Amino acid sequence: MSGTTSDAVAGSEIDKSKRTWIAIAGCAGAAGGVAVAVPFVSTFAPSERARAAGAPVEVDISALEPGQMLRVEWRGKPVWVVRRTPEMLESLKKTEAQVVDPQSARTQYPTPEYARNQWRSIKPEFFVGVGICTHLGCSPTDRLQSGPQPSLPDDWLGGFFCPCHGSTFDLAGRVFRNMPAPDNLEVPPHMYLSDTRLLVGEDQKA
Amino acid sequence: MAEFKEAPAGAPVGEKLLTWVDNRFPASKLYKEHLSEYYAPKNFNWMYFFGSLAMLVLVIQIVTGIFLTMHYKPDANLAFASVEYIMRDVPWGWLVRYMHSTGASAFFIVVYLHMFRGMLYGSYQKPRELIWIFGVAIFLCLMAEAFMGYLLPWGQMSYWGAQVIINLFAAIPFVGNDLSILIRGDYVVGDATLNRFFALHVIALPLVIVGLVVAHIIALHEVGSNNPDGVEIKAKKDASGKPLDGIPFHPYYTVHDILGVSVFLLLFSAVVFFAPTMGGFFLEFNNFIPADPLKTPAHIAPVWYFTPFYSMLRAVTTPFVNVLVGLLLVAGVMGFLFAGLKGIWRFAPMGAAVVGAGVLLAFDPKFWGVVVMGLGVMILFPLPWLDRSPVKSIRYRPSWNKWLYGAFVVNFLVLGYLGILPPTTLGTIVSQAGTLFYFGFFLLMPWWSRLGEFKPVPDRVVFQPH
Repeated sequence: MSGTTSDAVAGSEIDKSKRTWIAIAGCAGAAGGVAVAVPFVSTFAPSERARAAGAPVEVDISALEPGQMLRVEWRGKPVWVVRRTPEMLESLKKTEAQVVDPQSARTQYPTPEYARNQWRSIKPEFFVGVGICTHLGCSPTDRLQSGPQPSLPDDWLGGFFCPCHGSTFDLAGRVFRNMPAPDNLEVPPHMYLSDTRLLVGEDQKA
Repeated sequence: MAEFKEAPAGAPVGEKLLTWVDNRFPASKLYKEHLSEYYAPKNFNWMYFFGSLAMLVLVIQIVTGIFLTMHYKPDANLAFASVEYIMRDVPWGWLVRYMHSTGASAFFIVVYLHMFRGMLYGSYQKPRELIWIFGVAIFLCLMAEAFMGYLLPWGQMSYWGAQVIINLFAAIPFVGNDLSILIRGDYVVGDATLNRFFALHVIALPLVIVGLVVAHIIALHEVGSNNPDGVEIKAKKDASGKPLDGIPFHPYYTVHDILGVSVFLLLFSAVVFFAPTMGGFFLEFNNFIPADPLKTPAHIAPVWYFTPFYSMLRAVTTPFVNVLVGLLLVAGVMGFLFAGLKGIWRFAPMGAAVVGAGVLLAFDPKFWGVVVMGLGVMILFPLPWLDRSPVKSIRYRPSWNKWLYGAFVVNFLVLGYLGILPPTTLGTIVSQAGTLFYFGFFLLMPWWSRLGEFKPVPDRVVFQPH
């Protein structure tokens, strides 16, 4: 291709075919670079060990008195079991108008079908929820008692308060309006093995 | 390519050696270009100490960091105890660790003052835009570096701070959840997260920061330093081509900076030895409790240097998004009335505002809080193009600009203070107003920076020898 070009003018003429090949080689190199990046980025994903660590957890709720709650760990997250008193259940009717999503219709943290009711639970008495705020992942504190208290409105009927950004939830984990958190507390898949034994992490469908 | 030089016959060994090196590496050339023949304006004031101090703190952080890695264990089961081991059992380990933790806060104090100096004297204006952009990039990397370093002691604040910040990414629509899992390497903050943050903190980000610092200085030395008068000293040169108002960096400013270094080290040592936690501001008290994934501390707040941006995050609630929608629609109508566009394009600002408002309402305020927080830093990048002032230095801008910049500082400090406190109704309203002011300051800059009566800029820098 450059056979007829003398050495003196070789630099001044554009060899288009050479340019094409340089472009092709450059693209091939870039593609190779991207391909090599894939395994490196993939190492950021959860390892097989981390994936395997999500086994269901069995909870004994026989010692839980009305008005009490207990915490268990499931997949590294706190899961709450709250035994609600009749007054507490009554308060949910009053908060119904003040919460964003009373029927748990939002799908960002899908509520299992068996908990898509006013109490957000299988048995009205027991609330099972993941104690992680849907805002930025803090664990809210329980403020189960009603009445005025620091950081909370004076007509507080009991519920949960996130210390990080001030989101409040009612006793069914439903988020109040105009709070940083967009969603109700997540209800994990769960089922009752007996009246006193609860399995968190698995339900009948699974 | 330089010509090969020979040292004169009978030259001292030192000169021969230097010639030998110079023929193979531009040692003398670099020394002249960056020190002995780098001419800096002679009218630098005390605000010009902070650049060299930032370099000093970077060195302190790198050196103390290297020694800390020799004893620290990046393992969720061992990390907290290994830090306490450094504090109690390693000889002088407490000093190295307190230097590192105090150095983190010192870094931000120095860098904030350094950036504000640049804003006051218009040091980002043409032709110094890239110096500013490299600088903001350093600031961004520094924030990531500090955040990842804060996880390593594996205390309660480390853990929950990381939990909150990583969940910020989860707020991004569609890809957020997967992205946050990719960052953590697990479904919750855990051992995998700690291990990778360690790697990023001790090697990846420091390399990037050092590279950016080199770029920052190369760009600075290419165009030359600005000064408190905002006068280009290169415009007036003597017969030999040296700027009339310039003095060689070495020895004049190297010696000058020793004063700044001395005062800085005095204050730095006072904190390291007498108040290493700085009353909970430099090391938060909750971080002396080991990380507990099941229990969030009653009150969590980031370390002080993040709190202004954290306040902006917390300010974004549903009513605030509605205010933003209102402002956007007003801006659209203003654009329709005053932008002077022709034909169908008259409606473009209104259309854009309506689309923008729709997007604002389509996603959660949570997502917009994250966006606002990110933009709080990102808005610094276009500063050179937002400022349309015909003069650089605040000295020759309209007098009311001083009040405006003063209000900007007070606002930033108030946002920072509110970010430390637990959320309150009043605090939220104040931080919402502060957030609007912060963004208004920058976004309306193309308008206000042209207003008012500018003072005449002198030909030469103002300098009284002392």
